[in-house]
Amino acid sequence: MNILKFIETFTDDSLMRSTGSRRDSFNQFGNIGKTLAIAAIPFGLSTFANKALAKDITATPATPIGALQFALTLEYLENEFYAMALDSGVIPASENGGRDRKVFEQIAAHESDHVKFLIAGLGGPASANFVAKPTFDFTVGGAFDPFGDYPTFLALAQAFEDTGVRAYKGQAANLISAPDLLTAALQIHSVEARHASEVRRLRGLKGWISNDERGAGMPSATQAVYNGEGVTVQAGFNTAASFGAAAGSEAYDEPLTTQQVVDIANLFIV
Amino acid sequence: MKNEVKIHEVDPSLNNRRSFLKLSGLALAGAGLVIAGCSNNDDNDNAPEDTSLPGVRNGIFDLGSGDFGVLTYAYALEQLEADFYTKVVNSSNFNTTFNDIERQVLTDLYHHEVIHRDFFKAALSGALPNPSAQLLPTLAFNYGALNFNSRTDVLATAKALEDTGVAAYNGAGKLIKSPDYLLLAGKIVSVEARHASAIRSLINPNSSDFAGDDVINTSTGLDVAKDPSKILPIAGGFITTKFTAKYLP
Repeated sequence: MNILKFIETFTDDSLMRSTGSRRDSFNQFGNIGKTLAIAAIPFGLSTFANKALAKDITATPATPIGALQFALTLEYLENEFYAMALDSGVIPASENGGRDRKVFEQIAAHESDHVKFLIAGLGGPASANFVAKPTFDFTVGGAFDPFGDYPTFLALAQAFEDTGVRAYKGQAANLISAPDLLTAALQIHSVEARHASEVRRLRGLKGWISNDERGAGMPSATQAVYNGEGVTVQAGFNTAASFGAAAGSEAYDEPLTTQQVVDIANLFIV
Repeated sequence: MKNEVKIHEVDPSLNNRRSFLKLSGLALAGAGLVIAGCSNNDDNDNAPEDTSLPGVRNGIFDLGSGDFGVLTYAYALEQLEADFYTKVVNSSNFNTTFNDIERQVLTDLYHHEVIHRDFFKAALSGALPNPSAQLLPTLAFNYGALNFNSRTDVLATAKALEDTGVAAYNGAGKLIKSPDYLLLAGKIVSVEARHASAIRSLINPNSSDFAGDDVINTSTGLDVAKDPSKILPIAGGFITTKFTAKYLP
């Protein structure tokens, strides 16, 4: 099934208006997705959507819907971060032939599209599968000044994009039973990687990650984004054999687990 | 016949410059090289053929289907990328054609793609039941009139190859059944996307081309995904070894 057709079906009026039980909604998801097993649906997720008083997000269950909900939360974070940055004026408008502004306008547009795409994929805001946007604090309680200090903004942008790449990769296995959703997630995943490469290059780094280095100028708090990236054995093959460990690790990006990403995201959620 | 790669030896007398995409769109005349085996495996006529396994069928190597088919398909694409960058960094004027930053990027890409190629060769050799008959042979390539001492030609071809690689892996993910193989493909595709972004910035630095509207859908924010049958005619523009992909979509 074509993913756009899938989304279309899933967001049709009857579904949007549906005030049925969560189980009904899940059944509709199951009927449409076919391969989405109802038995695997995360019933504990209501705590995620309704945790008005809770501060942190929690890991979603390892299901296709859980993966999409998790992805949506990350896209909320990126979308709000870039929208606030563009509004704040922290991004220089004229330097490098206007490059920085053009780059972040393009990235912001993609993150906004991803939020809309994933909300639609989850059945729209009225769906029981919908998750609300958390409240973000990108200053982390005043520790950072990303909307007043451009290098700080760039450093966080790099951390978010490199995290995004690893986060989607970590969800791939959760989507293997839903081929259309998997394809859509892969199509977002590679966009995040294009973003990450460009942001890194704007910061004077290589577009790819050498060993587990966070790169010059990155706050030590961002090291969690890079831990585990220095792997040089892939399915028993030594990727460092021909050109050394840096090249061997650069040639492969590594996944982060849901919990690892949740821990990173929670730094910015109040 | 489905998905046969119509790759033919480029007439060396063609002197006019052809871009990668133009080249691939042409039905150039000439016979492709038929590789390996010479179809002496037509025993067991009554047994149903296992089309999931790569191997020579009717005298031509077929990629097969399922996980082995997809991995062999990826191996073919990585062979092309590795061969291309090997030629780029070894071209006689590499040091004068490209500036420091460009040389660094192209050298890194050469390293990464050779590692990807060698990885697939090792992984498939270890996983295939009978690698001596089922491992895709080393492919031969012909770049026609592509000038490896032209910055424009090399970067345009690199861009096409990297974007094609991203679309190919994005499209093949859903064909993979093993979570381990899916993760390995995922580990590689994001690096290809990082490459595509970097090459696009070298070509058009002060722009949004790193993730341009020509590849990222402007309403969904999704990158391109293509089935093997759409990718192979493009990549095949440079591959002179004939093979088929009859059992991949």
